Amino acid sequence: MKVMDYLPYLVSAWLFLIGLYGIVTSRNLIHAVTCLAVVQSSTYVLLLAIGYRRGGTAPIFFDVPVGTRAVDPVVASLALTDVVVGATVTALLLALAVQIHKRLGTLDPDELRAMKG
Amino acid sequence: MPALAALPVAIPLLVAAALVGAGPLLRRRVADTVAIVTAAAVTVLGAALLARTLGGTTVVWFGGWTPRSGVALGVAFAIDPIGAGMVTFAGLLMTAALTFSWRYFDTVGILFHALMLVLLAAVAGFCSSGDLFNMFVFFELLSVSAYALAGYKIEDPGSLQGALNFAVTNSVGAVMVLTGVALLYGRTGALNLAQIGTTLAAAPADRLVVVAFALLLVGFFVKAAVVPFHFWLADAYAVAPTPVCVLFAGLLSELGVYAVARVYWSVFSGPFGGHTPGLRAALLAGAALTALLGGVMCILQHHLARLLAFATVSHVGLTLLGIALLEPEGLAGAALYTVADGLVKAALFVLVGILAHRFGTLEELELRGQGRALRWAAPLLVLGAVGLAGVPPFGTFVGKALIEEGAGGAAHWMAALFMVASALTAGAVLRVSGRVFAGWGPTVFGGRDESAEEAAKRHEAEEGDELRVSRSLIGPSMLVPALVLLGSSIAIGMVPGLSDRAVVVAARFADRPAYAGAVLGGARAAPTVAAPTPAGGRLVAAAPWTAGTLVLAVAGAAAALFGRRLPSRLRRRGLRLTVPMVRALRGLHSGQMGDSVTWLLIGTAGFGTVLAAVLR
Repeated sequence: MKVMDYLPYLVSAWLFLIGLYGIVTSRNLIHAVTCLAVVQSSTYVLLLAIGYRRGGTAPIFFDVPVGTRAVDPVVASLALTDVVVGATVTALLLALAVQIHKRLGTLDPDELRAMKG
Repeated sequence: MPALAALPVAIPLLVAAALVGAGPLLRRRVADTVAIVTAAAVTVLGAALLARTLGGTTVVWFGGWTPRSGVALGVAFAIDPIGAGMVTFAGLLMTAALTFSWRYFDTVGILFHALMLVLLAAVAGFCSSGDLFNMFVFFELLSVSAYALAGYKIEDPGSLQGALNFAVTNSVGAVMVLTGVALLYGRTGALNLAQIGTTLAAAPADRLVVVAFALLLVGFFVKAAVVPFHFWLADAYAVAPTPVCVLFAGLLSELGVYAVARVYWSVFSGPFGGHTPGLRAALLAGAALTALLGGVMCILQHHLARLLAFATVSHVGLTLLGIALLEPEGLAGAALYTVADGLVKAALFVLVGILAHRFGTLEELELRGQGRALRWAAPLLVLGAVGLAGVPPFGTFVGKALIEEGAGGAAHWMAALFMVASALTAGAVLRVSGRVFAGWGPTVFGGRDESAEEAAKRHEAEEGDELRVSRSLIGPSMLVPALVLLGSSIAIGMVPGLSDRAVVVAARFADRPAYAGAVLGGARAAPTVAAPTPAGGRLVAAAPWTAGTLVLAVAGAAAALFGRRLPSRLRRRGLRLTVPMVRALRGLHSGQMGDSVTWLLIGTAGFGTVLAAVLR
């Protein structure tokens, strides 16, 4: 029981860290962008875990008695908004990666040392 | 009245959508005009809001979902003079940037205007919002349009790479912000800033609240480019089109600092009120490091956009110093400094953009002596350097004086820090002026450790785009924005009694119970009036330090330009000391995405540890 309570939070932290590890060690921009999507998905899990109520139904109060236990609808809408934001960022980044591949013929960040401080 | 609050967000969004929809039918000049008029309208609306909110915080609950007995279900805009001031400032910068782009681009798609306007709408929403999640959404809207604008010159590989690094690093920061928001929601069941603040203040802060605070702070620090989260910034600025840089330099990082101030004072000042000294020390250390490292990196640059980018990092550090004092005077100083300094930096980017437009390069050495053909721009660039140094009559002087006074017993340290950091950035700009317009100085860099071949390659990568802009004459549409921006910064410094007014406004911003009362109670809490200290005193106290800044800046620029004439033994010793450090610093700023995310992680761990220690 105890483990099941903590599991979503652990999953969220794991997604965050493993995604960051992927970005840091990435040798391919598409891979890096996908890892960023993994990092972002940690927030979906976290949000839904926070709003979860044991034994709660979906928050549709149409033909259920008043006072029925339901999961938090606010976090669901936050997660939805978050998905939209994440999709926008991912789409933009993938477009950039495609352009880079078109111009330079490579997706390896190490080969793209165009800039030096 | 709700309309007035919502219009700065709604108008640019609707116009952007209309522009994209009507895109193929529109002539370029029509789109330019519509965009400029829209930005100017937002400026006027922002000013109207500013005038209105001076009397009290304007709160608007959309759809009439007002709070019941302290519980907010709806989404609110809560606008105070600092937020309204940021909206006005953003509108002004956007008007200048769009006017500048009138002639800067030979061809530009309608999407450019649309992205700029979406960014403006997002800034207005971000500064007006009284809701933590909405702040996140507006910040993401702002960031996504900024990523796209940074990579706008899609034909240039350097530009794409800079934008990619910018986007990935900032998105990780955004995830941290959202995680912090989610944790706070889990603890308090609220997203409204005032309600979260009230709920948290009722109980002592536990570890969860500290973690949420650390995540929010780090996330916003990434956006603000505080060291060591600043690695993306120079790459993004070096590659973005100059009109976009005009906007970024004045606005983007400053919004991160604004977010830190907003979140601290409306949410966390209750539970962490007892830990102010430790928190203050931690924030001051980060801010000081940012100011100094940014200044040092600034003088090491020979690409003008990168040079100004690091000047931005340095001055964001200075602004954060004001916030980090965690008291109203510092906040008031930071607010004035943000605006006055942002205007100067934007003007400098306009001038640099004029150079790029005319000569097709931004490499300082290639521009050496070229500026003689544009002699009229020289005094403007020098004037910009003077503004960076915080010399009266620039508004930067008033802001700086307020922050220094706010430091109380440590005022001398604060003044010395301001002197060194702004002398570095102002000195770098003076050096550029001397080299470009007078042809002074050597033809190579003293401490440069880069082979000619490497330089040529990097140069090609960074500059390919700028070479493609036409080398037509400089029209009034390029000169006027520079003049207006510099003039506005001076005007801010000339308004009588502005610093006292700013202190009163900042005291209201920092008064959490009054903010909560205004938002949740529906009642307009009486603004707390701080006992105004005589403005003359703080200005007099700041004067000698300002003179020192100017002397240091001029001396530094002269040393860089005429250092060859120093005795060779002295010079060699100096080089032996500095070259390894310079090489190490340059090595750190590799422009690699992986590196900047690694530093983000290291910084998060370090900052989190410090916060955990001081907020125990």
